[in-house]
Amino acid sequence: MTAVALHPRLQEIADDFNAVPDSDRLQLLLEFSEDLPQLPDRYAAHHDLLEPVPECQSPLFLAVELDPDATVRLFFDAPQEAPTTRGFAGILHAGLDGLSADEVLATPGEFSSQLGLQELVSPLRLRGMAAMLGRIKRQIRERRG
Amino acid sequence: MTVALPYDSTAKFADYAHPEMIVSTEWVAEHLDDPGLVVAESDEDVLLYDTGHVPGAVKLDWHTELNDPVTRDYVDGAGFARLMSDKGIARDTTLVLYGDRNNWWAAYALWVCSLFGHPDLRLMDGGRSKWIAEDRPLTTEVPHRPHVDYPVIDRDDMQIRAFQDQVLAHLGKPLIDVRSPGEYTGELLHMPDYPQEGALRGGHIPGARSVPWSRAAAEDATFRTRAELEAIYEGEAGLRPDDDVVVYCRIGERSSHTWFVLHHLLGYPRVRNYDGSWTEWGNTVRVPITRGESP
Repeated sequence: MTAVALHPRLQEIADDFNAVPDSDRLQLLLEFSEDLPQLPDRYAAHHDLLEPVPECQSPLFLAVELDPDATVRLFFDAPQEAPTTRGFAGILHAGLDGLSADEVLATPGEFSSQLGLQELVSPLRLRGMAAMLGRIKRQIRERRG
Repeated sequence: MTVALPYDSTAKFADYAHPEMIVSTEWVAEHLDDPGLVVAESDEDVLLYDTGHVPGAVKLDWHTELNDPVTRDYVDGAGFARLMSDKGIARDTTLVLYGDRNNWWAAYALWVCSLFGHPDLRLMDGGRSKWIAEDRPLTTEVPHRPHVDYPVIDRDDMQIRAFQDQVLAHLGKPLIDVRSPGEYTGELLHMPDYPQEGALRGGHIPGARSVPWSRAAAEDATFRTRAELEAIYEGEAGLRPDDDVVVYCRIGERSSHTWFVLHHLLGYPRVRNYDGSWTEWGNTVRVPITRGESP
């Protein structure tokens, strides 16, 4: 089976995760969790504009914007006391925010399994990350009509 | 040998059947530096410990440390001895567990440690959220406790653990399903393209009463008082203290919390946790299943 090629930005993240031992991998995930940008006011004040992702074990909400030139903008909200979920959101933000709609849609659904986290994080959580990606792609398709 | 640590004399605990199994956040704060005590954090979110924990607490990871990496089972006696030794926990250590989500995973870790009969296990009432709500100190510093020699103790699966064939033989006797009402009735919220970890069939084990696990916890994540717990499990669910009870959930973690409540707080002598739970039962060919709200 040949893996679908990742966008270089995602590939770099996957490489970083796979280059370090297990214990540092969680530390790296924690850094992504800390780097997740805060919601801008237009979403913080209007939480109903965000889509819930019930597949995540902790509350997670996301919003997708498509600029006129088809650039994708991503927004996530997850509580501080759910660092793993925040970390996954942080990875998707770092990897996908600012890419074109086509580039985001080309991201393989099993991307979450390429970070070497299977041994460290429960499968249910990794599925939560796949679900975030699935919902982001669906929203992009809906926007494009 | 270290001197055993005193029990927590908090009035609420005195009503419980086994007050020696539970301590308050105050007690932990007061005894944090006592020799013979190890505090361990066990969370559902595996990164939470790294964001800050009770000073001196070690991390006990349910996913990577308490399970066998290949077989669906817990570590064996040698594996448990290695784990405890590496964390600086001796057989005579007072091990206090706490964690996120109303001590859900801490209760699970306590249940697994009980399979090996660790003599002095206690749960910190209210867990991580109460400690934080009280503005008690947190640190990201990971302690390096000296390695000790924990003996190899055979795991005893007969007293507090139930396997599927035993549950089949138990049908007709009290069972408590601690999952959410939707999981109990079988109306699983499956959406196309978003499969959840789960089972091929929805519903519950015939005869099981529904008591969602979190009902045993108050708003501040502490356990409800003995009188409140009796009203729920005896008044509503019809259990009696001399009942032989099996509890289950999805993979046996939420039901560890209820196991702790029934066995240690209410003092039921015979309570077993069916850790195969719904992910085993709901995927097994030809076992009986009941759907809907009735047991």
